[in-house]
Amino acid sequence: MIRVSEAQQEAIRQHGARTFPHECVGVILGDVEDGVKIARELRPLENVHEEGHERRYLVSPQQMLALDQEERRTRRKVLGFYHSHPNHPARPSDYDRDWAWPWYTYIIVSVMDGTPVEMTAWQLEEDRRSFRREEIEGIA
Amino acid sequence: MAKVLIPTALQQYAGGADEIEAPGGTVLAVLSALAERYPELKKHLFGDDGRLRQFVNVYKGTEDTRTLQGLDTPVAADEELTIVPSIAGGTGTIERPTTAGFGIITPERAEAATLDKEEILRYSRHLMLPEVNLEGQKKLKAAKVLCIGAGGLGSPLAMYLAAAGVGTIGIVDFDVVDLTNLQRQILHDTNDVGRSKLQSAKDTIHDINPHVEVVGFEEQFTSENAMEIARPFDIIVDGTDNFPTRYLTNDVSVLLGKPNVYGSIFRFEGQASVFWAEKGPCYRCLYPEPPPPGLVPSCAEGGVLGVLPGIVGCIQAIEAIKLILGIGNPLIGRLLLFNALKMQFRELKLRKDPNCPICGENPTLHALIDYEQFCGIRGEEAPPPPLSESEEITVRELKDRMDRGEPLTVVDVREPYEYAIASIPGTKLIPLGQIEERAGELDPNAEIILHCRSGKRSADALNRLKAKGFHRLKNLKGGILAWSEEIDPSVPQY
Repeated sequence: MIRVSEAQQEAIRQHGARTFPHECVGVILGDVEDGVKIARELRPLENVHEEGHERRYLVSPQQMLALDQEERRTRRKVLGFYHSHPNHPARPSDYDRDWAWPWYTYIIVSVMDGTPVEMTAWQLEEDRRSFRREEIEGIA
Repeated sequence: MAKVLIPTALQQYAGGADEIEAPGGTVLAVLSALAERYPELKKHLFGDDGRLRQFVNVYKGTEDTRTLQGLDTPVAADEELTIVPSIAGGTGTIERPTTAGFGIITPERAEAATLDKEEILRYSRHLMLPEVNLEGQKKLKAAKVLCIGAGGLGSPLAMYLAAAGVGTIGIVDFDVVDLTNLQRQILHDTNDVGRSKLQSAKDTIHDINPHVEVVGFEEQFTSENAMEIARPFDIIVDGTDNFPTRYLTNDVSVLLGKPNVYGSIFRFEGQASVFWAEKGPCYRCLYPEPPPPGLVPSCAEGGVLGVLPGIVGCIQAIEAIKLILGIGNPLIGRLLLFNALKMQFRELKLRKDPNCPICGENPTLHALIDYEQFCGIRGEEAPPPPLSESEEITVRELKDRMDRGEPLTVVDVREPYEYAIASIPGTKLIPLGQIEERAGELDPNAEIILHCRSGKRSADALNRLKAKGFHRLKNLKGGILAWSEEIDPSVPQY
């Protein structure tokens, strides 16, 4: 389970709406308490995919290296990432699965014609073959 | 022991540690030691094929080891490796158009083509490719491809299409082989200089493959004949070197509903795409308007690396063959950019322009137009500004006056690289583009003789100086070319 405040959820929706028809991506930073991920900060990241921003996102490895260094410095963890699916349901694609990492939470917001609709969260199964749905607990 | 920093996502498979020391002299050795100690970690780092997974980056210090020596990058005992996740995803696969099902060559046409024993042997390396096989080879034989131009791009194109067994190759070219062509136009050789390009191309193609029928059009490709020439062909390949013919080729292709395999070259850079209005954008969607006349120099003016059309023409040949066979992903909706100096290919996504005048939603062009007028008359083709007879001097007169020892100011308005190739002794170089700002270097009351390669640019320079108050100006008729012809044959022509 991941705890993401209503305000944070709204920020993800807004980010997805802003970049429509392109995919947005951002990192979820926070803590883990008693096995529950608690989002403390959402940070938009640059989508550096060379082609097809409408259907792809990619975070630069340099950005990821910087996040790793920040994690070690602040002890605030990278809990996962969020991205948008423009004109596509909030379900992970095969491509999402091929590139997914274990443990991270992947939040997907579906943005239809510029309007954010459904938001879901997913975690990769151990066998890497599928995702399992993760509950998003919203707090005001 | 090297230190390996483990990302949060993988720490659960490494006993909860965020960094681990592991032995090994290379990235592979260190990671393998790690994987051996933590088998759970292994499956997330390495795929079933034993290779590092695509979403795993390994940094040494601040450098991506992929840009060093990959897994063989040496790792010293005091160095630090960081496993950096590659974070990517998105909605499904990027939809790339495929040529499958285009059906350019109908099964009936392919079936009607026959291959004899010699041809079976000749094409055996194609026949063993499942993507081509006998059916595909028959499609190639049934196919009719029209090459506009038998020059730099048309050369590798026609030669490879012929070798591949394309049954009918049309060629439109009315030019004659010139010595300056041979640096890149490999259809023609030294013995062909002075011959018609079409005849030379026919000979070369038949030497490569006598089974190919070459249909020649020894005429200029114009609005009057283009539709009739292109109609019987399946694919049109643009090997033109000028904008009017390029727009004409595009418009003919759009109006006839045929794919236009586009290529262009300039100096060290090339472009290629497949324009097919029924499936994607056309050339006008990319370039609605031609550049102003004179802005983009032709190869004759700007130069071109001789091998460059070899690369771009071969890409066009591959695209034409893929379209015929109905295999792979064509360059439809993509513009491929090649830079020979950087040795780099880049790709731009192209979109169909809904406002395109010929293939958009409300097209305004329904027939061919006057392309010379549309593109403006190019600088080099423009008639020289009219000069009075007193403003001209012949090379003979100039030579006589030089021989008499008259003190003369002769200004060469060509570019420095041209001056390096050939020059007339005792001349001063002021390139045309600088003539106005450097006019102060010249005496407005002195007689000044201007020259360039053929006399056109110097006539332009003369008018510009005249506007600045110079009144004793003369233009050298025929330029340095005439000098080479009549006075000094040791001066090279270019």
